[in-house]
Amino acid sequence: MYKVKVHILLKDDVLDPQGKTVSNALENLGFIGVSNMRIGKFIEFTSTESDEKRLSKNVKEMCEKVLANTVIEKYDFSLERIQ
Amino acid sequence: MKYGVIVFPGSNCDTDCFYAIKNELNEKVEYIWHAETSLPKDLDVIIVPGGFSYGDYLRAGAIAKFAKIMPEIIKFAGKGGYVIGVCNGFQILTEVGLLPGALLHNDSQKFICKEVNLKVISTASKFTSNYKKDTLLTIPIAHGEGRYYIDANGLESLKDNDQIAFQYVDKKGIVSKESNPNGSLNNIAGVFNKKKNVLGMMPHPERCNYSHKDSLKLFSIN
Repeated sequence: MYKVKVHILLKDDVLDPQGKTVSNALENLGFIGVSNMRIGKFIEFTSTESDEKRLSKNVKEMCEKVLANTVIEKYDFSLERIQ
Repeated sequence: MKYGVIVFPGSNCDTDCFYAIKNELNEKVEYIWHAETSLPKDLDVIIVPGGFSYGDYLRAGAIAKFAKIMPEIIKFAGKGGYVIGVCNGFQILTEVGLLPGALLHNDSQKFICKEVNLKVISTASKFTSNYKKDTLLTIPIAHGEGRYYIDANGLESLKDNDQIAFQYVDKKGIVSKESNPNGSLNNIAGVFNKKKNVLGMMPHPERCNYSHKDSLKLFSIN
């Protein structure tokens, strides 16, 4: 079994107004030095797959087909063996 | 002409579309449930209506993309059938890949519900051939995720192939930052596919039953 963790962020050249707004809010609260904030999605799940290579291929396909829209988003993921 | 309006869990403009076609265009129209695996015979136009299909979970249109009826819609469009996606319908058609680009959260991060001015940019489609180029239309928008985005190459391709259907403009028809309600690239409010038998747009022409009725001509492909 594996714990799968997927991070999805807007691509670098796509404006992220949410990140900008939250970054400004932090600055207004006195947290200085915060920049380039991007807010995305974090998805985690457990997979019963035992073969890491096969799982990696599957998760990539999940990201490309469903979890991310690669027109606007980029993704990366990690696999952690839990059993 | 025969129209079909797709209904997903969470569609909320399906009834508006149905009655716009039935009462204003006086054409045949029926609802098509998302779980159907075939389309009614002799269908001429499919409308993918607005709303929040599947709660907009993950991304707007991301789950609707895998509805059972979707492969049939793709086949229908592939054979040259007319498909129009409004608001959530536009988001769905980009997710499916029938239209280029994607829709992002409005740059204001607010849900915007108001009337906007649009300019007809391309008349090279059945949807817009009832208008003259640069015709101004007033149509309401109601969305939180309407910021059209496409990469630089994609934008060039849209321009080269005359695929930009509408732009947000001011009352005089001038494209300006102030008239752009959501931060869409180049004020783009609607696009066609290359063949121009698929249209996606964020504004809601089906809501023009009582005023600005000239916008309803969009649904007419005669």
